[in-house]
Amino acid sequence: MAHAPAMDGNRQYAHHFLSADHEFETSKQGIWLFLLQEVLFFSPLFVAYYVFRGLHPADWHAAAQLLDWRMGALNTVILICSSLTMALAVHGAQTSNKKKLVVNLILTLGLACGFLVVKYFEYTHKFHMGIYPAGAFTYEGLGQYPAAKLYFSIYYAMTGLHGIHVLGGMAVMLWVLKRAMRGEFNAHYYTPVEMTGLYWHFVDLVWIYLFPILYLLG
Amino acid sequence: MAHTSHDGENYLNHEKGLWSWLSTIDHKRIGVMYLFTVLVFFFIGGVAAMLVRAELFRPGLTLMTADTYNKMFTYHGTIMVFMVVIPLIPSAFGNFVLPMMLGAKDVAFPKLNLASYYVWLAGALVATASLVVNQLDTGWTFYTPYSIRTSTSASWVLLGAFIMGFGGIFTSLNFIATIHKLRAPGLTWGRLPLFVWASYATAIVQLLATPVLALTLFLVVLERSTGIGIFDPKLGGDPVLFQHFFWFYSHPAVYIMALPAMGIISEVIPVHARKQVFGYWAIALATFGIALVAFVVWGHHMFVSGQSELANFLFSLITMFVAVPTGVKVFSWVATLYKGDLHFRMPLLYAFAFIFVFTIGGLTGVFLAALGSNVHLTDTYFVVAHFHYVMVGGTIMGMLAGLHHWFPKMSGRMYSEGWARVSWFLVFMGFNITFFPQFIVGSQGMPRRYYDYVPEFTTLNQISSVGAWIIGVGFVLMALYLLHALFRGAKAPPNPWGAATLEWAQDSPPPFHNFDKDPVVTHGPYDYRTSH
Repeated sequence: MAHAPAMDGNRQYAHHFLSADHEFETSKQGIWLFLLQEVLFFSPLFVAYYVFRGLHPADWHAAAQLLDWRMGALNTVILICSSLTMALAVHGAQTSNKKKLVVNLILTLGLACGFLVVKYFEYTHKFHMGIYPAGAFTYEGLGQYPAAKLYFSIYYAMTGLHGIHVLGGMAVMLWVLKRAMRGEFNAHYYTPVEMTGLYWHFVDLVWIYLFPILYLLG
Repeated sequence: MAHTSHDGENYLNHEKGLWSWLSTIDHKRIGVMYLFTVLVFFFIGGVAAMLVRAELFRPGLTLMTADTYNKMFTYHGTIMVFMVVIPLIPSAFGNFVLPMMLGAKDVAFPKLNLASYYVWLAGALVATASLVVNQLDTGWTFYTPYSIRTSTSASWVLLGAFIMGFGGIFTSLNFIATIHKLRAPGLTWGRLPLFVWASYATAIVQLLATPVLALTLFLVVLERSTGIGIFDPKLGGDPVLFQHFFWFYSHPAVYIMALPAMGIISEVIPVHARKQVFGYWAIALATFGIALVAFVVWGHHMFVSGQSELANFLFSLITMFVAVPTGVKVFSWVATLYKGDLHFRMPLLYAFAFIFVFTIGGLTGVFLAALGSNVHLTDTYFVVAHFHYVMVGGTIMGMLAGLHHWFPKMSGRMYSEGWARVSWFLVFMGFNITFFPQFIVGSQGMPRRYYDYVPEFTTLNQISSVGAWIIGVGFVLMALYLLHALFRGAKAPPNPWGAATLEWAQDSPPPFHNFDKDPVVTHGPYDYRTSH
């Protein structure tokens, strides 16, 4: 219960809970269970990545050379910074510091946008070269590596699914931001901020795995 | 109305009108909505089954062309698996009784609970929409590369199953948090009803396995729309990888179907045998034993798919282990019955049917787990008979035990025992008449999924078809006496069976707000001496 908000007799909570703390702890377990299934949701793509990498190591290496590790590294830095601002936002809510909460949420949203902008440039650059998922792959520079097009199928599937999670996180953050500006969160009640924070750290963590296996490992 | 503390107020009449149902966040009403919707799909899937058996009444073209037949068994399988057997017990009965068994006012996240229903319903409707677009003919397993190439509307069904999966994931998440956080004071882990243990294990399996299938099906949709190629051999992909992903979910799914049914049997037997359950912890832990093994046996569906011999050997060996915790449960139930004061009411009769049929289903599973006989029996009617003995014999018989056990609690009415016995006899006999001959034709080599067969198999197929129609008559009779009970049945007392779990401590039907006075638990779930 160390991180539970201090109990407040005036705080409303749903009728099937004993207290606000009880509600908070239950919500927290709920979001952890959700994140657990998210891990499994991403897992087939990781398995597919390693299966095909094992089958076609040379093709995998050649295809990975086409990704610009500097862009991936930039996005890694952006997301790690956004995790910091998200943590600061949660701290702002926990200490009833509305300004700190709102400013850091906006910063996190801005960094998430920055991530997507970088991703947009990476994607369009690849599209111009004819690097699409396998069925539409027209790039000819990897002719001697026929499995390279599968690499990009998996690249687009993994980063695309991750990108959708970034977008989902931004949508939730906008909703939290709106409520934060109305002053709904304070040391006694900040459940949505905390839960959004946990989700956002998860999204960052997925990228922490995607960056090395896609950009560096080759 | 005796025993009513709210002047006849209950969850059914607390609010009136369709909208009060569609917008409810009351777990009891959501449970009833699931039950109603699932039974509608059960009817559709059942009609498809009757038509499949009608086509197989004679060799050659009897009623429908090969193409229509392919679609017919595909819809029978897809509807029965994704829209009936998986959501049936957890979502319908789990929602209705689980919070009450815990002494809770509701599930942990009531709004998410309603959302789960609509997500699942939306998925079911998307899948059903394929019927009017261009029906599906891949079989319920959606094996690639055929599911990529087929011109039938695979994407709709795949997308529908993808969406339905999230309904199940949210329900599971909800149940786990409810069991952890909302138990009444005094309801220690050792006092949890065994149905709660079963629901807990099921929820864990569903939470961890479903997302894998969801993403896999979505990848097949991407194969069809953008040619992503991961499962497409033409683009260098691997169709066997699809089978691995598919069975990584779909084998545990068998336990998503079976474990809650076992939970119901563990409730019904002590209550109607008037005896403390034998081996409480053995049953509870065996539930988790099964859930654990469930995740590492998927390869036994792929013995002839080109797995390595080592993988085949290991999967075969581990599969045999499933028999151990399952056997622990069956023996515990039988030991509970031993020297019990048996009341042969409908729930107990269905529990007997469950044990009889499920044991045959389990034992024939050992034939399929053994590598040598598996090669001979793969894709024959032996497999069809086996999984119907497990799914229908297990889940549906368990569900019927639960339906007859909790019907008085849900509806506040008693049904006619006499007609119920006739219906039980028809369903139980019809089931065995339908599926036992399929073991024989299967072992003689009749392949599954063909609309035609060699004339030698005619007699056994005709017996099987007649059996199917007997089941059909049994279910129609059941619908009639249950509908009659709903409107004309005698009023049910709060605890007609003398059960000791908390859902029976309330009126039948229960009030809108569970438990006026927060319950404090002082005895075990099957402790009939101290509870009365």
